[in-house]
Amino acid sequence: MTAPGPEAWEALALSLRVATVATLVNLPVGLCIAWLLARRRFWGRGLLNLVAHLPLVLPPVVTGYLLLVTFGPQAPLGGWLAEHGVVLAFRWSGAALAAGIMALPFMVRAIRLSLEAADPKLEDAARTLGAAPVRVFLTVTLPLIWPGILAGAVLSFAKGLGEFGATITFVSSIPGETRTLPLLIDLALERPGGEAQVLGLSLLALAIAALALLAAEWLSRRAAARVGA
Amino acid sequence: MISVRVQKALGGFRLDVDFEAPAGVTVLFGKSGSGKTSVVNAVAGLLRPDAGRIAVGARVLFDSGAGIDRPVHRRHVGYVFQDARLFPHLTVAGNLRYGGDTDAEKVIALLGLEGLLTRRPAALSGGERQRVALGRALMSNPAILLMDEPLAALDADRKALILPYLERLRDEFALPILYVTHDVAEAARLGSTMVLLDNGRVARSGPLGEVLADPAAGRTLSQRDAGAVLPGRVEGAEDEDGLVRVSTPAGDLVLPGQGMLPGTLLRLRIPAQDIMLSDRRPEGLSALNVLPARVLSVTGAEAGRVDIELAAGEARLLARLTRRSARALDLRPGAQVHAVVKATAIGPGL
Repeated sequence: MTAPGPEAWEALALSLRVATVATLVNLPVGLCIAWLLARRRFWGRGLLNLVAHLPLVLPPVVTGYLLLVTFGPQAPLGGWLAEHGVVLAFRWSGAALAAGIMALPFMVRAIRLSLEAADPKLEDAARTLGAAPVRVFLTVTLPLIWPGILAGAVLSFAKGLGEFGATITFVSSIPGETRTLPLLIDLALERPGGEAQVLGLSLLALAIAALALLAAEWLSRRAAARVGA
Repeated sequence: MISVRVQKALGGFRLDVDFEAPAGVTVLFGKSGSGKTSVVNAVAGLLRPDAGRIAVGARVLFDSGAGIDRPVHRRHVGYVFQDARLFPHLTVAGNLRYGGDTDAEKVIALLGLEGLLTRRPAALSGGERQRVALGRALMSNPAILLMDEPLAALDADRKALILPYLERLRDEFALPILYVTHDVAEAARLGSTMVLLDNGRVARSGPLGEVLADPAAGRTLSQRDAGAVLPGRVEGAEDEDGLVRVSTPAGDLVLPGQGMLPGTLLRLRIPAQDIMLSDRRPEGLSALNVLPARVLSVTGAEAGRVDIELAAGEARLLARLTRRSARALDLRPGAQVHAVVKATAIGPGL
């Protein structure tokens, strides 16, 4: 085992950035989808449910390929975005998009479960007390589902750190731009004599994952105690 | 004044009610499944009627004809739910202030909430939760208070503890109250108007005492529930044993009333099943109260029973007897009888 070199720290910093951005973008998106699925009955609800869970069951390579044909420079949407200065393919922002899409089902599931457990009768009570819908959501619903949101965020972050298949397919493995920790581990495995580096990198990944889980556990316990659950 | 006209199909059940309620406590009374809760939910806006009109005073909350349907949060209804529905993530103080802080000090003092303010709902007893829920509704400055069986989840002892708070609230806030219950003692103690619901329809509505003593309503009221409710006034001690003489529109009655001062106003209830009739003045009977009365009507009630409507003094009483007893006494309108009654004081008078 060798101590992690500059290459490793660069990959780690990139991974943390990608996972953080993916999680921050996923929070509002996941909350909206989870709320629609848990609280609304509408035409196309089944389809939304399916699409939101698709990354969970599709081979990640396929998800990456679908991202490439949607956001790649030759694709209509990708081309239009590029004209407006948003380039995703082969950029770290694309890695964040891939990580976010792959992590979305985890976020949606965690929030949806907590929304289904939160009693809508409490929201009714808030309405009779004069609270408009936005205030009901911010002051009653959100505090009640806070533990679920935290759990979803941690799962999404962990998934973002570890994402491999969709990332390498969509944005390739460019040092300093898209080569995240898992991609570097994969590369090291291919190098002759790279096993020692692989072990070091794996231990690094393990440490971060364990820290994230501990933090999540502590936060959700505090949140659950606050809502008297 | 509240006026409620609501039509709503709920699965196989049809709600079709129309009533007006003056100021004071209007009790929505009926068996479970008769539509009581649906009516208050429609007033609150939590249930949208298929058709109808709901108004509190001059404010129209819902009018299908005029296309008015105010959203729940703009209806200014205070709703006290059976299950309290306190917000678990807020303290008692946070819950109380959620809808506003109108009359905060008065409400907190009236409901005895001073000692609870920093607690979380999870640390409250059932009775305390209901008091907080009531305070929260009052502090939101409502135009009407809706109470859906607020005491149903409490045992008899806790009920007895919280009822005086409700009486004070009724007497100190000039607020119309729609009160749902299936407990006749609670209804008789708190209510001034009664709307009797049966299978989604109004079977009878009017002043509470009249409805409960109305033989026409008797068919909808159970054996336990039917019976007159009368105002009374303590006249003075009857003897050394704590009995007091109480004047009522039906005549003077003697009741246990240890320590009651002359001039105290009471509400009395004479359940229909607690009246015996005799065609001559009974003697050698342990009962204290015998009132001369005249039979007004005889109506069939539950299986094998008849309701006898009586005029006693200024009041109307209702007696429920077996058909056999009614036949034996040859009861028919106009007959003079003596009513042996068992009356209980159910609370302070209005």
